[in-house]
Amino acid sequence: MISHQSRRKATNIVMFTLTGVCTLIAVSVLFFILGYLVWQGGNALSWDFFTKLPAPVGETGGGFANAILGSAKLLVLAALIGIPIGFLAGVYVAEFANTKAAFLVRYTADLLNGVPSIVMGIFAYAIVVVPMGHFSTLAGGIALGVMMVPIAVRSTEEFLRSVPNTLREGALALGATKWKAVATVVIPAALPGITTGLMLALARVAGETAPLLFTAFGNQFWSPGWNQPTASLPDTIYKYATSAYEEWHQQAWAAGLVLLLLVLAANIAARFVLGRQIHVSRG
Amino acid sequence: MRAFDKQRSDAPAVTAGAPVRARSSGPQHHRADQAAHAITFLFAASIIFVTGLLFYELYTGALPTRSKFGWWRFLSGTTWDPVSLEFGALPFIYGTLVTSALALIIGVPLGVGASIFLAELAPLKLSNALAFIIELLAAVPSVIYGLLAIFTLVPFVRDYISPILKSTLGFLPIFQGPAYGVSFLAGGCILAIMVIPFIISISREVLLAVPREQREASLALGATRWETAWLVVMPYARSGIIGSVFLALARALGETMAVTMVIGNDPRIKMSLFAPGYSIAAVIANEFSEATSGIHTSALIELGFVLFCITILVNAFARVLILAMERKNSAA
Repeated sequence: MISHQSRRKATNIVMFTLTGVCTLIAVSVLFFILGYLVWQGGNALSWDFFTKLPAPVGETGGGFANAILGSAKLLVLAALIGIPIGFLAGVYVAEFANTKAAFLVRYTADLLNGVPSIVMGIFAYAIVVVPMGHFSTLAGGIALGVMMVPIAVRSTEEFLRSVPNTLREGALALGATKWKAVATVVIPAALPGITTGLMLALARVAGETAPLLFTAFGNQFWSPGWNQPTASLPDTIYKYATSAYEEWHQQAWAAGLVLLLLVLAANIAARFVLGRQIHVSRG
Repeated sequence: MRAFDKQRSDAPAVTAGAPVRARSSGPQHHRADQAAHAITFLFAASIIFVTGLLFYELYTGALPTRSKFGWWRFLSGTTWDPVSLEFGALPFIYGTLVTSALALIIGVPLGVGASIFLAELAPLKLSNALAFIIELLAAVPSVIYGLLAIFTLVPFVRDYISPILKSTLGFLPIFQGPAYGVSFLAGGCILAIMVIPFIISISREVLLAVPREQREASLALGATRWETAWLVVMPYARSGIIGSVFLALARALGETMAVTMVIGNDPRIKMSLFAPGYSIAAVIANEFSEATSGIHTSALIELGFVLFCITILVNAFARVLILAMERKNSAA
């Protein structure tokens, strides 16, 4: 009897220790990634990295200024497409749709969210690159914009639904019409959350590489306008990391560090905004 | 974010199913309401339209290959040779399935184990802090996973993991042959690292949503905490956890950059996990922009279509399981 009891206790301790080890492994990956990138990329990071064009093979120095600008342009396009569609569709699902329509849109958004990013690249290739006849910033921006939509819909919906119904009822009781109640009471109440959700959606597509390979394509030089192939940070990291040149690997580490810090900063900032939001709505 | 969700589900008044209906206070106001409804509806409908268009573009883009080879010959062909215009997809399908299976074999025990720790043992504050770190991991771009994998994981697999596996389990055909580093094994490992955060965050959520009474009843009967977690909480949360695993599978199947960078890009079917291989997503990434003939592009689009269908099915299944779990909880 006693041995049975102690065996159960031992199992308890051993198994929970194992789960603790699992957690430790999972969590330490982030610190490994961050530490390794800082170690490898910190040296290569300099002012030149942000201001100069890539150096030709064999020469040291040079920077990723064109890739940084290209990424920024792609994200502007993605935001112009993803935010209006995602936000308004989210408003529809949370405020206007009946149960069935809401379910249908939500489910479709989830499916779209699950479409592999490389397939999104094929899609943008088919609807933009083929008609235009060449790769362009526009095609890359559209691919990223479509990828953004489902995340934007879901977070908009979630934060609108977290607004207490009493606010809606109050506005309606004062004689506001439905859309007025939504536009002047419900949306402002949910705005910090919605903005954060949209920012997170943008941060997610900022790191996407696969949809850009055959839409924005990449470029060793500046890309004027929206009509030509453009370099972008993730795409340049991919090309430099898989190249055979040691100097290029150095540059890839530096670019990886910059991209990772951008993405992490966006996510941590979002956490702070949301943390405050939870606090307010609880009090 | 998580606490926020729970708070919402605790407030039954706020659901999309029971929208507040405004009583119209005049025809003009009514029209404004209708306009707002119509505009937002159009944007929501555009999502369904885009998804339909995506399906249509993939389907028609793949038509030339399908009419030339037919479904079966394309899917079962083992030769991929763009020069002689011979396109068989089997090596890529094999590579995708093998790497994803490896990812689950490594990732599920680790991920589910960690989620049990976070939901059942860790104090809530610690659990929330660790869950946040895990969420950050899910946000790391895949090209960065690939970048690190090339320079750390690939040599590690070649110099340490492969020799150890060879000396201990070398009698199995999957652990034989020369180890190059870039391999199915490296692809599976990096996928495992990438899907673990997804498994952990969803499983932890599912476990935390299991009613407290279940645990209390079990502990009151004298069960240890582990017995409670394993024999009471886990079975209750089973469908949700399986859902998280399928979601992770969908991610692994469609993951492109990290796998492309470490799998070796060799379109041959090899038994050994140490051998270089290829995956569906990787071949599209590598060859699409260089495809010169229409039939080559079409074959790649058909591969995309195959990948699209597989991931959609796996995703849909996962969502159904997780939805079923949510229903169960709201009924309890």
